[in-house]
Amino acid sequence: MSGPQHIRTPLARVLGRGAAKSGTEHFWRQRLTAVANIPLTIAAIIIIITLLGRNQAAVAQILGSPAIAIIMLLFIISTTTHMRIGMQVIIEDYVHDESAKLTLLMANTFFTFAVGLAAVFGILKLSFGL
Amino acid sequence: MRALAGDTARAKFEADIRKLPMADTRSLEARRPERPLSPHLQIYRPMLTMMMSIAHRITGFGNYFGMLLLAWWLIAAASPNGYARFEWFAGSWIGRLILFGYTWSVIHHMLGGIRHLIWDTGRGLGPSEREWLAAANLIGSIAITVVLWIFVLLMMGGSQ
Repeated sequence: MSGPQHIRTPLARVLGRGAAKSGTEHFWRQRLTAVANIPLTIAAIIIIITLLGRNQAAVAQILGSPAIAIIMLLFIISTTTHMRIGMQVIIEDYVHDESAKLTLLMANTFFTFAVGLAAVFGILKLSFGL
Repeated sequence: MRALAGDTARAKFEADIRKLPMADTRSLEARRPERPLSPHLQIYRPMLTMMMSIAHRITGFGNYFGMLLLAWWLIAAASPNGYARFEWFAGSWIGRLILFGYTWSVIHHMLGGIRHLIWDTGRGLGPSEREWLAAANLIGSIAITVVLWIFVLLMMGGSQ
């Protein structure tokens, strides 16, 4: 009965601010995407190597084919998610000025979404032949 | 006379309240008393595990911007002119140097990531194991990168 509620101070109880319950979200997502990135990166390297030296029409056709396009899309989504969290950790480690930190954290999100979407757009354009 | 006493009391009250910690408007940094700092990078003798930890972060940072090259390649593949521009860059000596560095960076970060995933299971943290893993990470990334590039250059040389 004398559970952990007695540990909390009266002020803590009034404010009602416990843990946000999402402390491990980034930790877990970084490992989830890390695991996904291993086979996807190996696949992407093999795809890129087999396409090197071919002409543009052949590259466009192979990259746009369903299986290759899906692998590349998964690779882009998984790596850009991983990139965003990783760069956030770097920014939080080294940038201590509050406004500079917030600016860089926003820029990080903008960059990863923009570069990820550009790559996704490139693949979809090849697949759908627009 | 009473008004004067009230003013004095008010002035004393205002002087007192300014002494409270919460009335200090300086930043946390400025308010913090001088304390000894914990030792940082310049204090320690460079060790392989430490260098590989730093390399993992630097390669991750590099791969972040390397994604621009991949996005460029994927968008360029849609048009002959665009692809010719990308191939011109990739074939130039600076382009090849950047792509070689990018290849090593991706592979080093991937092997470093595998090392971290092994550590996440609680294995490979012993004194000899972690040294061995750090060496394998570096040697493995260089070896794989060199083998891949020799293979690609031979393959492309044969097709031309």
